[in-house]
Amino acid sequence: MLEMSTAVHAQMVTHCWAGLPLEACGLLAGTGDSATACYPTANVAESALVYTVDPKGFLHADRDAEARGLTILGVFHSHTHTAAYPSPTDVAQAPDPGWHYVLVSLADDAPVVRSYRIVDGNITEEPVVLVR
Amino acid sequence: MPVEVRIPTMLRSHVGGAATASVDGATVREVLDNLVAAYPALVGQIVTPDGTLHKFVNVYVNDDDIRYLDKLDTKVTDADSVSILPAVAGGS
Repeated sequence: MLEMSTAVHAQMVTHCWAGLPLEACGLLAGTGDSATACYPTANVAESALVYTVDPKGFLHADRDAEARGLTILGVFHSHTHTAAYPSPTDVAQAPDPGWHYVLVSLADDAPVVRSYRIVDGNITEEPVVLVR
Repeated sequence: MPVEVRIPTMLRSHVGGAATASVDGATVREVLDNLVAAYPALVGQIVTPDGTLHKFVNVYVNDDDIRYLDKLDTKVTDADSVSILPAVAGGS
């Protein structure tokens, strides 16, 4: 399960819309399985098909999270036209089996947000629980 | 003099859960070699067997990516912070 504050959810989705027509990405931080901070980053791949989190954005997010007593617990990115499901590329390049992988699909007017664990190539969906 | 090395979450289990390590070295290569010597579970995760930085790992000295400095030969002092970060990428 991934808990997410409504503020983080809103920030994440807004960043994804703002990134169109390209994929957008960012990091999520918090404690345990609860995301309380969102770090939108640049997509240095600058593509509508692939994303790469700006390494410097990751560095700053990591430092800021640490200063606030939080840990980076996952990454989010948008799929501009496809479903909110990890692609083979997402699975192959997932860097941390402990992370939550959040997909935001912008295929329709209503964004779809889903979260997954990716461990040893296995995808398991988990519920996203919004916390007001 | 030791340099502070920041360990990314996915490698912390290989260093007993630590988020940072204090490692000696005058260059990034020396620091990483010493880090791996202290924590052998890190072998091959950061530097490849042929002695280059792994494609999916980014190393920063303070705010600078070593790929734009001297790569693994970048000099460091105890005033520097070396951060190891995985490349985070994917696609649709």
